[in-house]
Amino acid sequence: MSVDVVKIEVDGKEVEARKGQMLIEVTDNIGTYIPRFCYHEKLSIAANCRMCLVEVEKAPKPMPACATPVMDGMKVFTRSPAAISAQKATMEFLLINHPLDCPICDQGGECELQDLALGYGRDVSRYQERKRVVKDKDIGPLVSTDMTRCIHCTRCVRFGEEITGLQELGTTERGENMKIGTYVEKSIDHELSGNIIDLCPVGALNNKPYRYSARAWEMVQRESVSPHDCVGSNMFAHVLRGTIKRIVPRQNESINETWLPDRDRFSYEGIYSRDRLLTPRMKAGGVWEDISWEEALKKLAEKVRAADGNKIGILAAPWSTLEELHLLSRLAEHIGTSNIDHRIRRRDFSDQDNDPAVPSLGCSIAELESANAILVVGSNLRKEAPILAHRVRKAALNGCQVNVVNHSEYQYYFDINQHIHGTGLVQELAGIAVAASRGDISGSVASICDGVVPSAAQKAIAESLAAADDAIIFTGLIAARHPAFSAVRALSSAISDATGSRFGSLTEGANSAGAHLAGVLPHRARGGTSRANRGLDAAAIAGGSLDVVMLFGVEPESDLTCIPSAEACLAAQNFVVAMTPYAGESLERAADLLLPVGTFAETAGTFVNCELKWQSFNGVANPVGEARPGWKVLRVLGNLLDAEQFDYQSSEEVRDELAAQIGDFDAAQRYAGTRALAVVNGADSAAEQIDIPIYEVDGVVRRATALQLTPEACRSQGDGS
Amino acid sequence: MTKLRSYIKTFTLWELWQGLSVTFRNFFRTPVTVYYPEEKTPQSPRFRGLHALRRYPNGEERCIACKLCEAVCPALAITIESDVGEDGTRRTTRYDIDLFKCIYCGFCEEACPVDAIVETRIHEYHMESPGENIMTKDKLLAIGDKYDAMISADKAADAKYR
Repeated sequence: MSVDVVKIEVDGKEVEARKGQMLIEVTDNIGTYIPRFCYHEKLSIAANCRMCLVEVEKAPKPMPACATPVMDGMKVFTRSPAAISAQKATMEFLLINHPLDCPICDQGGECELQDLALGYGRDVSRYQERKRVVKDKDIGPLVSTDMTRCIHCTRCVRFGEEITGLQELGTTERGENMKIGTYVEKSIDHELSGNIIDLCPVGALNNKPYRYSARAWEMVQRESVSPHDCVGSNMFAHVLRGTIKRIVPRQNESINETWLPDRDRFSYEGIYSRDRLLTPRMKAGGVWEDISWEEALKKLAEKVRAADGNKIGILAAPWSTLEELHLLSRLAEHIGTSNIDHRIRRRDFSDQDNDPAVPSLGCSIAELESANAILVVGSNLRKEAPILAHRVRKAALNGCQVNVVNHSEYQYYFDINQHIHGTGLVQELAGIAVAASRGDISGSVASICDGVVPSAAQKAIAESLAAADDAIIFTGLIAARHPAFSAVRALSSAISDATGSRFGSLTEGANSAGAHLAGVLPHRARGGTSRANRGLDAAAIAGGSLDVVMLFGVEPESDLTCIPSAEACLAAQNFVVAMTPYAGESLERAADLLLPVGTFAETAGTFVNCELKWQSFNGVANPVGEARPGWKVLRVLGNLLDAEQFDYQSSEEVRDELAAQIGDFDAAQRYAGTRALAVVNGADSAAEQIDIPIYEVDGVVRRATALQLTPEACRSQGDGS
Repeated sequence: MTKLRSYIKTFTLWELWQGLSVTFRNFFRTPVTVYYPEEKTPQSPRFRGLHALRRYPNGEERCIACKLCEAVCPALAITIESDVGEDGTRRTTRYDIDLFKCIYCGFCEEACPVDAIVETRIHEYHMESPGENIMTKDKLLAIGDKYDAMISADKAADAKYR
């Protein structure tokens, strides 16, 4: 037996435990439940609720299990009369000031206090005095407060201190007068703040958009995956009579742990937006008319048949499912066009031949935590992928040196080793590359680095990366949208080569990796093989003059930013069909035919995240109006165009076909810079416009009412509040 | 001897008189049946008839949309939708009881924490066309308003046993 293992006895059962482990962890492992409110496995130990008191032999008083380290030979009784009476006494104290408003409390039915009061509470209160009343605070549009219900477990306070690093909630006064609040009147603003709703064991902090609209016991819990970033956070949709009422996190330690960013939690409101396209619509003589699905698809098939194969373009959103992307790619093949792309926000296509076969983070999401040094290039990480930012923060707290190179300064709530911003990404990276390679730089980036003298900060970054055992460099979405993306990537890659770091990138939407696998690219077919006849890239499709342009989930004005004024360019094209969940002015101006397809919640599908993990999910909600799952629409379109082997019965069939076709795909294949780069001077000037605000990344989020009322959204809309 | 007794019984119609004695006895008793629509049997204040939703004396709806009645209903006859009301309180936007499904068990009344849903003593009602079996919130509140005096009296009579 190693020194670190001790033997204790829990309720007469002998258990082995790690030395220094807290008692509650040991009992949780063996499945003995000890009641608790303030203890949470992801947070530090506060031991202030006293609900987990247990009897320990030879201890004069009951001990809190969450704050009692195990010791060799310890004998613990969790259900002894002394332990139970201590827990009952604690419960009586907790209930003194807790209001009896369970019937109107949204936590009712899933409340930890309610559940435990059933086991440990008295039938009738002995308390005769006045109950405490606390004024509710307005802490923003996402979280509702009923502070009278608070039992002061301080989970929300510790969450701010430890998980987000931004202490938004805190306690004032003490004893019975203790209050949880924001100190000064303000909204909570961190992109992970919504998690305090799940942490709160009572109904003090609750989901505001969901307020009073359903009960925990009447909803059906269905698994889903977030479509808003390349992390693919796991979540549950709670559905009542076919309508999503709320979204809660689904624990997955390798991806989102127990957390869920606000964007994923509250975006479901966008599904029920008034903008939803309810029936297929066609523009006839400048006037929009509702038509039937049959008519609409026939019309589209007619147009596609009439057009020359090379004069058809397809633009798919990177948040489409893998199945939809595969069918689009197959349709393109059948029609005979290579003009198909999903890179709707990329500006620099000059180096696309050197793109990795499928873009990834270069390491697993959990591995970020154990890195010794990280360089984040061109990313507003907290807003682009809040879960990754949280992992990077955890790494930083573990002693990892986090370096950031960006065009402007973004705030992070941890110590950053070097934070370079201000001048152009390319120049800064060139300096780091020179410092990392000690002037001995060769290959495609040599011309950019020519004559660059690294600054002290650039040298420090190079040193921290070179000195680290496990260093990771990744480029963010600002880099990906950068007009000189090829140079940024080539330089980052050169730095990783010189310092022996791992290299990866964040990608747009939930499924850019999936789009690469499915071959929704003009220069590559399925599985990353080169196309013989390469087609037009996204910018050329949007800005070209084609016979038919098919938009899948793309809204011209907000999503198609690879060229300026994409909407006007599209409107000038011959025939534009949009398969989209939403109508909206931009599409109505640009398109000629609108087909309603379901959002992520209404279709079965698969997302491939930035660690190349395939996550399949089923549709969770009833479709709105006549919207149909995208893969079904494409399947019928394929049938109308007489495409062969297009008789899919289920989305799984589509997915399995693609999986079989790409076979043993070499996921490790990464970016290899070999090509000479174009001159990049002045490309940084456009950098200010390429950061897309967190709550404007896609159509669903843009229409989520509560998210659009947050201070974050108001700031990005320029309200200045 | 037996033969003689049998002759006497036969000729005096003894068994007939025996049977008619029951008839004559009851002829002079007070009757237990009532002439139904014109006359009615007494009802318990706990009688479980048609449902009603009550209001507080100031006119505020009692129902707080806790959905406990919906959860307890063994026949799944109740459908509730709720939202934040105009004054920020928890309110129903829909409260339907399907009278065809309802088994008049009274569980909804037992479950209600605010005595909002009650089963009144009204038992004479009918439906003329499909759809009328759904008691909507408006109908239930109207019944509650109309029979408020009766419901309150019944509740008061039963209060000491609760």
